[in-house]
Amino acid sequence: MSGGAAVNAQGNPIPLSERGPASTWSMISFGFWLFLLSDIVIFASLFATYAVLSKATAGGPSGHDIFDLKNVFIETGCLLASSFTCGLMLIAAERRQLQQFYIWALVTWVLGAAFIGLEVTEFSDLVARGYGPTHSAFLSAFFTLVGTHGCHVSSGLLWLLVMVAQVSTLGLRTMVVRRLFCFSLFWHALDLVWIGVFTIVYLGAAVNA
Amino acid sequence: MLGKLTWAAVPFNEPIPLVTSIVVILGIVSILSLITFKGWWPYLWNEWIKSTDHKRIGVMYMVLGMVMLLRGFADAIMMRAQLALAQGGSPGFLPPDHYDQIFSAHGTIMIFFVAMPFVIGLMNFAVPLQLGVRDVAFPVLNSVSFWLTASGVLLVNLSLFVGEFARTGWLAYPPLSEITYSPGVGVDYYLWSLQISGLGTLLAGINFTTTILKMRSPGMSYMRMPIFCWTALASNLLIVAAFPILTATFAMLLLDRYCGFHFFTADMGGNAMMYINLIWCWGHPEVYILILPCFGIFSEVISTFSSKPLFGYHSMVVATMAICVLSFIVWLHHFFTMGAGADVNGFFGIATMIIAVPTGVKVFNWLFTLYGGSVRFTVPIYWSLGFMVTFVLGGLTGVLLAVPPADFVLHNSLFLIAHFHNVIIGGVVFGVLAGYTYWFPKAFGFTLDETLGKVIFWCWFIGFYLAFMPLYALGIMGATRRMQHYADPSWQPYMIAAFCGAVLIFIGISLMVVQLAWSIYTREKRRDVTGDPWDGRTLEWGTASPPPSWNYAVEPHVHGIDAFWDVKHKNKELHKVSESRYEAEHKPHYETIHMPRSSPVGFISAFFAVFLGFGLIWHIWWLVIIAIVGCIGVLLWHAWNTDRNTNIPADELEEFDRQHPSLGAQL
Repeated sequence: MSGGAAVNAQGNPIPLSERGPASTWSMISFGFWLFLLSDIVIFASLFATYAVLSKATAGGPSGHDIFDLKNVFIETGCLLASSFTCGLMLIAAERRQLQQFYIWALVTWVLGAAFIGLEVTEFSDLVARGYGPTHSAFLSAFFTLVGTHGCHVSSGLLWLLVMVAQVSTLGLRTMVVRRLFCFSLFWHALDLVWIGVFTIVYLGAAVNA
Repeated sequence: MLGKLTWAAVPFNEPIPLVTSIVVILGIVSILSLITFKGWWPYLWNEWIKSTDHKRIGVMYMVLGMVMLLRGFADAIMMRAQLALAQGGSPGFLPPDHYDQIFSAHGTIMIFFVAMPFVIGLMNFAVPLQLGVRDVAFPVLNSVSFWLTASGVLLVNLSLFVGEFARTGWLAYPPLSEITYSPGVGVDYYLWSLQISGLGTLLAGINFTTTILKMRSPGMSYMRMPIFCWTALASNLLIVAAFPILTATFAMLLLDRYCGFHFFTADMGGNAMMYINLIWCWGHPEVYILILPCFGIFSEVISTFSSKPLFGYHSMVVATMAICVLSFIVWLHHFFTMGAGADVNGFFGIATMIIAVPTGVKVFNWLFTLYGGSVRFTVPIYWSLGFMVTFVLGGLTGVLLAVPPADFVLHNSLFLIAHFHNVIIGGVVFGVLAGYTYWFPKAFGFTLDETLGKVIFWCWFIGFYLAFMPLYALGIMGATRRMQHYADPSWQPYMIAAFCGAVLIFIGISLMVVQLAWSIYTREKRRDVTGDPWDGRTLEWGTASPPPSWNYAVEPHVHGIDAFWDVKHKNKELHKVSESRYEAEHKPHYETIHMPRSSPVGFISAFFAVFLGFGLIWHIWWLVIIAIVGCIGVLLWHAWNTDRNTNIPADELEEFDRQHPSLGAQL
C-alpha cells in the first residue's frame, strides 16, 4: 500500500491521482484538516448567530458598553505569540531536539493559559456586574461564541499536556511527531478564529458605537 | 442522587408504551440469554463488536437500520390507524399527548436512525471495495462512528420506557422546544441522542472523504472512480460541511434549556427564526446526503443490469457535484411563510427549481443507459424503475412547492407530507433496498430470493401510492400535518385508503424478514462461488464473496472506468490465444500485508457516551462526570497503544485465493 513509483514502465510521469493510496502522514493530516474545517463551520454558525443577535440587547448593555479593549489586546498578544512558539516547538520536535521541544512547549502552554486566565477574568467581571449570559440574547451569543473559542483553547492546553507526557514516555517517534503536527494545526486554527472574534465582536462593537 | 429520575418516569398507567416496553425488554432478554446459552459472546466480541473491518461495520449499520425501520414503521402505522378512525365524534385510540410523541419519534427515527445508517452502511461496505483498497482511512474511527450512532439509537429507544419523547416534531422548533413550553425530558432525549449520533456521523464523513480522496488503488484517477464513489464523496463532503451546523444549533438550544440562555426564547431578545434558519442550513443538505448515494446505487444497478457502461458518466459527475453545491442555497424554501419578503423568497424559489436541472440530467442518463441495453429484470432493476417513476413525480410536486405563492397555500399541509415521503420512500428507501439486494451476495456469499424480492417490491410500490396519493388530495382540501383528529367526515375515505396503503407496506416489510430468513435457510442453493453473480463492472465483483478481511490480496491496477469489466473481457480474449502464456503473465505476486487490529475503543467510548447522555438528560451529574472520565480514559489508552497492526503473510493470501478463485487476482 505504498505511494507507488512516480514513473510508469515507459518512463512517463504518473499523475498524482493515479499513484495509489497516499502515505499515512498525508492521510492523517488531510483528515485532521477536514476536522478543522468542520470545527470552523461550528464557529461560522456561532458567528452568524452573534451577527443576528448582537443588537438584541433587551434593554441591557450593548457591546460598546461592556467590552474592555485593553484586556482583549493583551489576550490577543498572548495567543498570537503562543502560535509562534508552537511553530518553534514543532520545528524542535521534527529535528528531534528534546530539550528545545520541552522549553517551547512550556512557553506555548503558559501563553495559552494566560489567554484563558484573562478571558476568565473578563467573563467573571461581566457576570459580577450583572451582565451574565442569561441577561439578553446578545449576551448569550457573546458568551457562547467567545466561550466556545475559550473551550477550544482549554482543550488545546489539555492536549498539549498529553503530548508532553507522550513525548516523555514514547519519545519523539513518528507517531508522536505526527500528533504534534496535528496539534499545531489545531492551535493555528484557533488563532484564525480569534482574529475573527477580535474583529467582529470587539472591534465591531467599538466601531458601531 | 438520581436527578430528575423517579418511578413516575416509567409509563405504568399508559398501556401502549408499557406493553411495548415489556415485549421489547423480554425480546432483548431472550436474545441475550440465547447468545449466552450458545456461548456466542467471544465470537460476537472479537469478530463484530471490536471489528474495524469496514465490511462488518457496514453490515452492523444495516442491521441497525433494519431494526429501527420496524420501530419507525410501528409509529407510522399507529398514526395512519388513528387518522382512519378519528373523525367527527370519534377520538381515535391515541390521546393527543401520545400522538405528538409518535409523530416526533417517527420523523426523528426514520431520518437519523433508519435512512442514515442504511446509507452510511452501504457506503461502508461498498466504497473501499470499489476503490480497490483494503480498508477506510481510519478504521478505528470508523468503529467509533458506528458505536456512537448505536448509542443515539439506544437513548431514543430508552425514552419509550423511561420518561417520554419530544412532542415538538422531528426538528424541535423553538419556542415550543424551550424549557418554558417543554419542561419534560422529551426534548432532552431528542437533543442528546442526536448530538451523540451526530458526532458519529461527522467522524464518518471525515473518514470517507479522506478515504475517497486519498486512498484509491493505483491508476484510479478521479474520472475513473465508480459513480457510487463519486456520489458517496459528495454526500460525505456535505456531512462535513453541514453536520457541524446541526451540532452548533442543538448546542445553543441546550444552553437555552439548561443554562437559561436566550438564543431562541420568546423573550429577552431571543429569535426563534434563527433556529429555523440554522436547522435548515443543515436540513436541506441532509436530504442530499441521503439521496445522492442512492442516485449512485441506481447508476451502478442500471448500468450493471443493462450490461452497458453508464450513459454520460461525466455529466453524472458534474450533476452530482452541482447538486452538492446548490444544496446549500435552498434552505429557506422550508419556510417561505417566515415573511422574508418577495426578493428573498424569489431567490430561494428559483434556486430550488435550478436543482431540478442536474437531477433531470441524471434521470435522462439512466433512461439512456437502459435504452438499447439488454436489460435483465432482477430485483434491483425493479427498484430502480420504480424509483424513476416515483421520484420524478415527487420532484414535480417539489417544484410546485418551490413556487412561493403556492407554498403559502400548501405549507405544513398533508400535501407537503405526501411530497417528502414521495421523494424519501421513492428515492432513499427504494435506493437502499436496491443496494441491499445488489450487494447482499457480495457481503454473504449467496443471493436473496428473487421471487420474494419482487413481491416485496410490489408491496412497497403499490403500498406507497395507496398511502400517499390520498394525502396529496387531502392537503389540497386543507388537511394539515401533525393533525390528530378532524371534523370533516368526507376526509375519512381518503384516510382509510392511506391506512390500507400502510398495511400493504407492512406486508412488504414483514416479507423482507421472511425473505432474509428463507434466503439464509436455502443458501446452499444460491451460493455465489465466482464472486461475480451479476456480471458486474466495478472492482468489488473481482474479489471473493464474501471478501476476505484484506479485500484484495494483490493491489488492483485500474486502467479505466468499469475497471473489472474491462479486465474480465480482455482476459477472455487472452485466454483464447494461449492458456500457458496467460497463466505466466497473470501469476499474482503475493507480499505480506499489514492490516489494522480490531479494537474495543469504539464500543467502550460509546458505552460511556450512553451514560453521558442519560446523565445529562436526567441531570444525574455524578454519572456525567464518571462518563466523561471514562471517555477520556479510553482515548488516552488508545493514544498510548502502539501495537495497532497485524501482519498477514503472503502464503496465507495465496492460499485464500487458491481456495476462492475469483477474477480479482488477475486485475
